[in-house]
Amino acid sequence: MTGITGEIARFDNVGLRYGPDREVLCDVGFTLHAGHFYFLTGASGAGKSSLLRMLYLAQRPSRGMISLFGTDAITLPRHRLPGFRRRIGVVYQDYRLVPHLSAFDNVALPLRVAGVPERDVVQPVKDMLEWVGLVDRMEARPATLSGGEQQRVAIARAVIGRPELLVADEPTGNVDPDMAVKLLRLFEALNRLGTTVVVATHDLHLLQKVPGSLIMRLDRGRMSDPTGALRYPPRRENGQP
Amino acid sequence: MKPSMDDEQVQIPQRPLAPTGGPADPAPRRGGVLGRGEGKLAGWRAFGGGGEGVLVPQARLSGPTPWVIAIMVTITVIAAATGLALRNIANAAALDLAGGVSVQIIEAQAPIRTAQAQAAQKALLAVPGVISARVVPQAELDQLLVPWLGAGMSDGDMVPVPAMIDVRIDGAADGGRVAALRKALGRVAPGARVDAQSHWLAPVFEAMDSLRWLALSMIALLALALTAAVLLSARSALGTHRQTIEIVHNLGGTDAQIARIFQRSMGMDATLGSLVGLVLGQVAVVVLGARFAGLGAGLLAGGVLRPLDWAVVALVPVAAVLLAMLTARLSVLIALRRML
Repeated sequence: MTGITGEIARFDNVGLRYGPDREVLCDVGFTLHAGHFYFLTGASGAGKSSLLRMLYLAQRPSRGMISLFGTDAITLPRHRLPGFRRRIGVVYQDYRLVPHLSAFDNVALPLRVAGVPERDVVQPVKDMLEWVGLVDRMEARPATLSGGEQQRVAIARAVIGRPELLVADEPTGNVDPDMAVKLLRLFEALNRLGTTVVVATHDLHLLQKVPGSLIMRLDRGRMSDPTGALRYPPRRENGQP
Repeated sequence: MKPSMDDEQVQIPQRPLAPTGGPADPAPRRGGVLGRGEGKLAGWRAFGGGGEGVLVPQARLSGPTPWVIAIMVTITVIAAATGLALRNIANAAALDLAGGVSVQIIEAQAPIRTAQAQAAQKALLAVPGVISARVVPQAELDQLLVPWLGAGMSDGDMVPVPAMIDVRIDGAADGGRVAALRKALGRVAPGARVDAQSHWLAPVFEAMDSLRWLALSMIALLALALTAAVLLSARSALGTHRQTIEIVHNLGGTDAQIARIFQRSMGMDATLGSLVGLVLGQVAVVVLGARFAGLGAGLLAGGVLRPLDWAVVALVPVAAVLLAMLTARLSVLIALRRML
């Protein structure tokens, strides 16, 4: 739990506009609570990636208010942004691994960025690669890994710092259905340890794979609330917040 | 049995991982960007790979940047050495000529000319402040005139040549001192012509001064060109590695960390290029120096570079490396400011 309210993130009347065009996100408001598992759904072009970019501090909104870990993220001074980013793990659809680094070095990157001594890097990275089943491929460059393997390296990189919030943008978009389910299990395992997980997907079949998950739906830039997750307290299947 | 994602119930390793930030410390450690507190990304040891894992791979000598820097440092070294040599020539000549005065006894009759020269020498030596007054021997004058008049033409009274007295005084031969000498010669050699030697070479000194300014201007222009070349190189590297930078940025890398990667990389390129440039420049300077020394011209002999001058020349590559690193750092920081 983070802060007094247990809020990880809160969006109020958030709008996002690229250039002079119409808003890609309009009046978006929701609250993410610590320890929950959220799916963000919507058709392609609905604004899922834009919303997630704001959530992991890669994009500022055109208007509205965003609170992260109890702090106003809009007025957050630039020099404090890295500290907040280190509390958020991000998994991209296109993996975004550093192509000339090995799987080991890609997973180790967050620890090295944070200044963890090299002697404290090796074992956690090996453990994490073992967790995603790639300890025997840790010297491999991303180009020599399959799509599923690359995504597992990306997940290991995202979670090695034990982030409080994990954001995954279409993580299963480039893998086969079996691998998609396995990847979801990794996210569930992390969620069981208390990490708040937000997975954006347009694959509705995945939603039923994670019991108890909350669903947010974006429709042409506007948020709808099929599970009541956006209310406070959010409505759960058993009626309890 | 070790955990695996193929297990029905996946378990995350329970080993406590090193925290990369937390509620109590949401901001990155301040003041540690150049110290031990933050990750030094540029040259970590790549475990498992067995080699040196570098976040931003560099072409080094196979890329253009070190060679551009090498060319610029070569030209700058030559320009700096030329400027210093010109300064030495001017200083030596000024020192040599500052207290020099030439006295010409202009008299067509050789016996009278000789008598006036000897009387003038005595009169000059009696003036306070005169260190020496040497009557230039006729043979020496003849030798000086051979290129213009040919051998034997100045002998006797065929072509009358003024008698010359080379006078040295303490201090500079300014207008007042020259006037005093002229006054002393009034009775013994009324037709004598008295000139400060520095007056003759004033146009030469002015030309040397212009050349020194030209050398300084060239150095300034080359510094600007180096800055522009490094800017282009840094921007190109930023474009090439944009995705890597965004990844590091999103993982919580600070601007200073990312800038340091490029700063170090540029520093390596600049060091390699500067060393090559220094060697090439020094070879050129030594060869040119030997050629000018071979001329045997008295004025140019004062242009020899001293140890302190060589030390100044050696500072050129150091300045180039510092300038390149500073330019790379600032250009990357400015580019990163445009990202969130």
